[in-house]
Amino acid sequence: MAAGNGQVLHKPLGLLAELTHRCPLGCPYCSNPVQLERRSDELDTATWARVFREAAALGVLQVHISGGEPGARRDLVEIVAAAHAGPLYTNLITSGVGLSKETLAALAEVGLDHVQISIQDSQAASADTIAGYKGAYARKNALAAEAVRLGLPLTINMVVHRANIDRIEEMVEQALRLAAGRIEIAHVQYYGWALENRAALMPTREQVERAVETVEALRVKHHGRIVIDAVVPDYYARFPKPCVGGWGRRSLNVTPSGRVLPCHAAEVIPGLEFWSVRDHSLGEIWQSSPAFNTFRGTDWMQEPCASCSRREQDFGGCRCQAFLLTGDARATDPVCHLAPNHALTAELAAVQEERPYVYRR
Amino acid sequence: MNTTPRIVSDDSVPRLRRGVRMVDSSAQGGTVLLAPERVFKPDPIAIEILKRCDGTATVGAIVDDLAATFSAPRERVLVDVKTLLGSLADKQLLEL
Repeated sequence: MAAGNGQVLHKPLGLLAELTHRCPLGCPYCSNPVQLERRSDELDTATWARVFREAAALGVLQVHISGGEPGARRDLVEIVAAAHAGPLYTNLITSGVGLSKETLAALAEVGLDHVQISIQDSQAASADTIAGYKGAYARKNALAAEAVRLGLPLTINMVVHRANIDRIEEMVEQALRLAAGRIEIAHVQYYGWALENRAALMPTREQVERAVETVEALRVKHHGRIVIDAVVPDYYARFPKPCVGGWGRRSLNVTPSGRVLPCHAAEVIPGLEFWSVRDHSLGEIWQSSPAFNTFRGTDWMQEPCASCSRREQDFGGCRCQAFLLTGDARATDPVCHLAPNHALTAELAAVQEERPYVYRR
Repeated sequence: MNTTPRIVSDDSVPRLRRGVRMVDSSAQGGTVLLAPERVFKPDPIAIEILKRCDGTATVGAIVDDLAATFSAPRERVLVDVKTLLGSLADKQLLEL
């Protein structure tokens, strides 16, 4: 199958379904856009069910049910049942707050395959401060224990930044105590709310280097007991992350109102035309929507990407980051050491201020 | 990463962990192993081994069956099966 611009069209593997932007927490690094979508604009149950059927037919294997807090949707159980019927491997990404034990049990009953719960820190007071919600830590731990009691495979997600990066080892110990099969150590990525809070969140280079060593040592220490996945801290990296595995290549993201994006941050790039599942099938959107075809493949690239031997490995890095840091969405991601603007990332990373978080509200 | 391989016994009864499913996907070109936020494409030999990990057959019985089905030397099949199962168990995909 060919895309509209003559590029080879791959089949997507994953769908991120953002059911709602509503969330009880206020994490200052939230990946949702700064302009949150309203409840009245959210897709209904039947439309989500159609999206899941179309996704499965398109080749999607896994759906990540996310938000906001997906537990804020009263029809979450029906939505998960529809995803399972898709048929799709169904992963719930939850804050663990605003989702009852009864709902979790009902989700397990209708075919939920896996649950991911975020925990903000290994220390309760700090975790609650980061989440902007008193008592969040205790509720998250209780829900994680309940997931394991129900036999659901559990991933603990820890987003790391200056305030908690020195406690990765404690977080992994905590995940082991909770009997999680997997932990994700995800350095903050600076888009949306995190970009607003960059100076308050940015770790030092020494912290980042120590964190990378810690993760490597913990992987050896706990080999065979827990899977430790780590997302690299990209302002300190040499090569950019291959954002979403290549634009319009492996995954798609449906926003609460039904707009379909190549990645969750793509709306920051001006001039992109996104299509909605209200007007088009997912298959049509994947193949023909202008936003998906804008950066598909390598034809859009400038130098040094265009002639780079890693162009089909890194895909030029992240388009959103290129735009946010240089003003040009076609530029090489400045995280790359070959980028003309590479010095910028070090300059920006050096700006670290002790100031209160701007909470996502 | 420097780690010692897991010892897999002949009496172990392997099965996919909850949350790990092997499915056929024509769109993705064949059999895939789905796990928490990961997708694996097992090769044809791995598929034959995994199909037999039903939670009742022992490693020994799986090896006997494969050796008979494919007229392969049992010793070699045993090594292949134990290597694969040990590595999948380490990745939290399989229970032994």
